Amino acid sequence: MEFFANLPEFSTVISQIFVGLSRSMILFMVAVGLTVSIGVLRVINFANGTFYMLGAFTAWSVALWVGGTAGFWVALLIAPLVVGLLGLAVEAGLLRRLYNRPRLMQLLLTYAVVLLFNDVTKLIWGVDFKSMRAPLSGYITFFDGLLYMPSYNMLLLISGPLVAAGLWYFINHTMTGKIVRATATDREMVDALGLNSNKIFAIVFMLSCYLAGLGGALIAPTTNIVVGMGMTILINAVLVVVVGGLGNIWGAFLASLIFGVGESLGLLIAPRFAIVFPFAIATILLILKPTGIMKSVW
Amino acid sequence: MLNIMGDMSIERKMSWVKLISIGIIVIVLLFAPAYLSRYYLYLATLILVTILFATSLNLPLGYGGLLVLHQATFYGVGAYSFAILLKETGTPVLPAAAVALLSALILALFIGWICVRLRGLYFGFLTLAMGQLVWAIVYRWYDFTGGDDGIHAIPVPDMIRSEIGAYYVILAVVIVSLLLIYRVVKSPFGLTLQAVRDNPQRCESVGINIRNHRLIAFVMGGGFAGIAGVLFVILERSVAPPIMFWTHSVEILIMVLLGGMFTFLGPAFGAVALTLLATFFGIFTEYWLLFLGSIKIIMLLFLPQGVLGFVEEKITSKIRNKTV
Repeated sequence: MEFFANLPEFSTVISQIFVGLSRSMILFMVAVGLTVSIGVLRVINFANGTFYMLGAFTAWSVALWVGGTAGFWVALLIAPLVVGLLGLAVEAGLLRRLYNRPRLMQLLLTYAVVLLFNDVTKLIWGVDFKSMRAPLSGYITFFDGLLYMPSYNMLLLISGPLVAAGLWYFINHTMTGKIVRATATDREMVDALGLNSNKIFAIVFMLSCYLAGLGGALIAPTTNIVVGMGMTILINAVLVVVVGGLGNIWGAFLASLIFGVGESLGLLIAPRFAIVFPFAIATILLILKPTGIMKSVW
Repeated sequence: MLNIMGDMSIERKMSWVKLISIGIIVIVLLFAPAYLSRYYLYLATLILVTILFATSLNLPLGYGGLLVLHQATFYGVGAYSFAILLKETGTPVLPAAAVALLSALILALFIGWICVRLRGLYFGFLTLAMGQLVWAIVYRWYDFTGGDDGIHAIPVPDMIRSEIGAYYVILAVVIVSLLLIYRVVKSPFGLTLQAVRDNPQRCESVGINIRNHRLIAFVMGGGFAGIAGVLFVILERSVAPPIMFWTHSVEILIMVLLGGMFTFLGPAFGAVALTLLATFFGIFTEYWLLFLGSIKIIMLLFLPQGVLGFVEEKITSKIRNKTV
């Protein structure tokens, strides 16, 4: 085994950490949707990974349809919206009936939605994997080559904090955000005050689907777009959400960073076992602190 | 006649109905190779393995009230231990199966020991994380487990190599295992376990060690899942990591819930129904998950207590109405 292959150079380690950080932004976008719907709707939505996958497929189609470099940017705008609207339909059609069901039933029902959408995806896009070109190519370097990374990863790295800041602003400084927080705390009281908590639930769910779709659209140029991609990110996102503390946005952010950096450093230490690292980290953190590193809402 | 029936208690009537239907099922199963074609015999054997797997999950889940989200871990470890022993060391079948069972038990004891101090979903999430950790190691440890290629052409002895031989061995093991699980469920331990599920505070206050009861149920479930894994290897003669991926566990969970997790045979019913449905749709349409997904959604929405749970409810209320 290549556990102690050759020690990597310092600049490689630094760059690898930054690539890991940029990837954890995508994980964050899926995880934050999950954690917000847990915090407000009290539903663990297994279908969130599927919305991420749909975001990637939709982005691929839109980019192909528009064409050129502009195609990607248009896709980045449209794909998450499409996925968000689809999420709205799922909320109205199915999720609304689940709010009072036992947790296990909710998990399994949203999982059944996953199966359904996986097949719809196969019907529309076929079973072959798709790939698309990144709008930015080449590498950028900082600090005399101490840090070098693909330009596209830089875009990812910037997008994560932007999403987090936007979400923070929405929840803390807008009227709707205040009602969302109130609904998370006491739904009946919100209803009693004459506000429509059903509408708030729909908005929150749509937002979580939008973010998952955005993550999918952003990851699309860097990976093979396949039907199984939603399942792979979902299990990581679920663990991120638990490790971060159920319903805690900043916890999800922090846990995403830990997962992403852990995996990319794992890639340096033992390339073959890189995928083991996030699960090992999650296991250790959950043994130490079962309710998550930050405050859980449950 | 009606009068005599009226004097019998509901439970006794139910148990007669159950006994007779189980007797018919056993006879049908015993003669299955006589009337099933090769493919359908294989399917029947696969269903038997799945029945044991689903029932093994129901011991901690339905009777213990533990949200076990990753039961496939023990199934996979049982299957892999058995496969590696047969393929790499040439160990005879029985010792290999014993070691496989032991490794599933030990892993379940380890994971269970860590997890049982947690409640509800947190218990489930930790089993999920640890199960996925085991999966990831198996998936990548090429030297030992064959990595994502899995292990193929596993040499099983001639006696259980033929479809009919495999069928009878698996049938025997599954029936014995189900009887054992049934005995456990009806034993004082099993009844206490259900009491712990329904009212942990009260059980604790009368001096029951609830943590131990949960741990034992979890380990037993893991052991039977390991046996199911061994049977799977006998049937397929190959293993690959997807059998212990988390989605497999969720599939089994759906079987248990659809069949009815508060009835003993509910999980078995779910296993039969969903495996048959998957095969049926697989033959007629390429996009079978579309139908299967919709059916699962509809059934989970409208039959939350599971099919057998629903049937039992109806029969009980009917008989009760008649007697009254």
